[in-house]
Amino acid sequence: MRLSARLVQILVTAAALSFVFYMLLGLMPGDPIDLAIMADPRLTAEDAARLRALHGLDQPLLGRYLAWAAAVLRGDFGFSRLFAQPVAALLWPALLSTLVLLGWAVGLAACLGVGLGVLAALRPRLSPAVQGLALLAQAMPGFWLGIMLIILFAVWLGWLPAGGAAEEGQGDWRFLLLPVATLGFGQMAAYARHAAAAMQGALGEPWIRSARARGASEMQVAFGHALPNAAVPLLVLLGLDAGALVSGAVITETLFARPGMGKLIFDAIMGNDYNLALLALLVVAVVTMLGSLAADLAQRGLDPRLR
Amino acid sequence: MRALVAALLALGFAAAAQPRDVLTIGITQYPSTLHPNIENMAAKSYVLGFTRRPMNARDADWALVCLLCETLPSLENGQAARETTPDGRPGIRVTLRLREGLRWGDNTPITADDLRFAWEAGRDPATGFGPAEFYRSAYELIVVDPRTVTLRFDRLTFDFAAMGDFQPLPAHIERPIWQADPRAYRTRTQYDTNPANPGLWSGPYRVASVQPGSGVNLERNPGWNGATPAFRSIRIRTVENTTALEAQLLSGQLDMIAGELGLPVEQAAALQRRAPSRFRFEFRPGLIYEHIDTNLDNPILADRRLRQALLLALDRPRIVAQLFEGRQTVAHGLVNPLDAMADPDIRQYPYDPARAVALLEEAGWRLAPDGIRRNAAGERLSLELMTTAGNRSREQVQQVLAAMWRAVGVEARIRNEPPRVFFAETLSRRRHQALAMFAWISSPENVPRASLHSDEIPRAERNFSGQNYPGFRHAEMNALLEALPIELDPAARRPLWNRLQAIYAEELPSLPLWFRQDAHIWPAWLEGVRPTGHLSPSSLWVEQWRVR
Repeated sequence: MRLSARLVQILVTAAALSFVFYMLLGLMPGDPIDLAIMADPRLTAEDAARLRALHGLDQPLLGRYLAWAAAVLRGDFGFSRLFAQPVAALLWPALLSTLVLLGWAVGLAACLGVGLGVLAALRPRLSPAVQGLALLAQAMPGFWLGIMLIILFAVWLGWLPAGGAAEEGQGDWRFLLLPVATLGFGQMAAYARHAAAAMQGALGEPWIRSARARGASEMQVAFGHALPNAAVPLLVLLGLDAGALVSGAVITETLFARPGMGKLIFDAIMGNDYNLALLALLVVAVVTMLGSLAADLAQRGLDPRLR
Repeated sequence: MRALVAALLALGFAAAAQPRDVLTIGITQYPSTLHPNIENMAAKSYVLGFTRRPMNARDADWALVCLLCETLPSLENGQAARETTPDGRPGIRVTLRLREGLRWGDNTPITADDLRFAWEAGRDPATGFGPAEFYRSAYELIVVDPRTVTLRFDRLTFDFAAMGDFQPLPAHIERPIWQADPRAYRTRTQYDTNPANPGLWSGPYRVASVQPGSGVNLERNPGWNGATPAFRSIRIRTVENTTALEAQLLSGQLDMIAGELGLPVEQAAALQRRAPSRFRFEFRPGLIYEHIDTNLDNPILADRRLRQALLLALDRPRIVAQLFEGRQTVAHGLVNPLDAMADPDIRQYPYDPARAVALLEEAGWRLAPDGIRRNAAGERLSLELMTTAGNRSREQVQQVLAAMWRAVGVEARIRNEPPRVFFAETLSRRRHQALAMFAWISSPENVPRASLHSDEIPRAERNFSGQNYPGFRHAEMNALLEALPIELDPAARRPLWNRLQAIYAEELPSLPLWFRQDAHIWPAWLEGVRPTGHLSPSSLWVEQWRVR
């Protein structure tokens, strides 16, 4: 499929998802005013009715969706009830923060995972150790690992902050290390196992024997011939993982009190902030689809048979 | 090596010698707005405690005190006077005078015009202020002089001096925005679009910057004319996860955790055991009333003896001791013992399983071979017990309650729901079949009309408004709830309160469990913080906080 067709497909899917997300959010029990009533015993029934009318919550759900969609087409994404700011203004810093976190986490996971996978393929006697480490990483819940890292590096050793974001004049990298390690470690397992399997498969191919016969060193065989071929399934995995990584970021960002998309979505849904939750979910969906598209393109670049 | 150690020591002493002029506070909630009148929540109340002053508030001794006003209005000092409203109802006229020398952070004087603007905006339903009962009742505001206004109310209630959320708003900044479009005011107010504008703030601190969802930075307010606060800067950080909040405290990222929005008592008590000398801990009883609402339309629970038996079968002190390390105050009614109107002689229900069994037998419930009682018709004494799913502490309590009831032959069937379903769908529509455990937030001498008057039973024809979830109907209680707010004499109110509490304790529309305590955790070097235990946060008196 042509690139332009894929982009149109993403746009149409995003439009359909906006309807689905809006309906799901609107059908959740309770509304923002219910939350306000629980927080403030002085809110009377009259106040609740007035505020519902003011926020348009007394209108039918479909009508609210159409009004929202019309506003979006005018470039107005609405106002966040939870943060008292235009939704678009909140979203971009959060998205940037999450992309930085995800970028480093994916980088760490891919480098470590592929490195371990290649090692396991090249040194079969190390394979059980690599597989064991991968199993451990996959089985370890992210929030537990995060808490352990906080206790060790922030509370006991005092080397790194326990969470939050950098203040003015502080280096952001110190605040990134533990969340990146938490998110990246679990992800690393999948890359290690897939890389090992793909490398073992590639190393058994006839053209590898030919390369060896031509006198290529083991390093050249591994990194020049086998790895580029083994990278194709890993790219598919990377594309499919984009969504899973964002959901992992919810836990990591909540645990480390790090402002980002995951935390924003969590707060928005728990706080009945429909505008914010809707747009944030849509952005994540679009980022996931774009991630998948990028993986496909990279795959095409690496594998001439797909062109 | 020695030189290196000496240099490091010197650096250490230099660091220690630096004055502590920044205080970093952890809380578990982010304020959704910084506008004093739009949407109320504990986090906003806490942050605004540093940055703006209401007219008056209740202090740590639960006494109403002036903050911006010169004197509290009263009938005795002539600043309040009974009158009749234009439509012939009993009303009251209250005069408020601002203290001299009050200024906004941009040095603009705080005047009666700022009060007038707040009143005008609050009166307009399109503005979107939260609780608007005050503005509906205050039908006229007269500016007497630049520091004095008179408000006329169409109702006469004993709490006329408490101004609640009514406070000056900076008319020189906010009025043009509001006048341009009252409906859009809540999204355009500078409190949210430009909170660092010093002209918005009237407290010892002003907002310097905000990080949405993460924190608010405060600096001393140059316009403040009271005592200079101890810290040059206060940083408030939001960490929703309490494990992460504790970790940030232990790692030194936070100096203190505010009790108003801090760790659960059991977590704080565990921390106190582990680090008893590193921090100062104070557990302050508050106004959050944990209880179990019954459903009186359930034929089993309609029998008062059964409700009394259920309470007698619970060893609440033991639950508090074992699950909360003794850090909750066992409740004997809905009025907090710290409240001036609490009746110490209220009927109490000590743990007495024998008496519970006798009451159940008297009500016709006999023990069956399976250990659960049955009545003459063969119905099992089985009750559904609901609470908010995911609240670990409540779910633990629920298990203990079920075990204690089972010991006297009552089966509790646990069915929990996520909070939004539990509150918005089940409780508010009275769909709980038997028992529902949750908490009420209240305020000192708060007349519980919404939860006890029969007019407040949620029903479809009233669009499910009201919070009388048990469906309690009691003519004398209704009369008391109507008489209490309009009785101005505290001495005359006391017997009414006593009677209200006596009926509650006798009828038990809800089973009282305990009043929650707030766990305040401060650094050893901080003093002067006085938790209030009610909705006015300790931050309202930040100028009294000092470094030891």
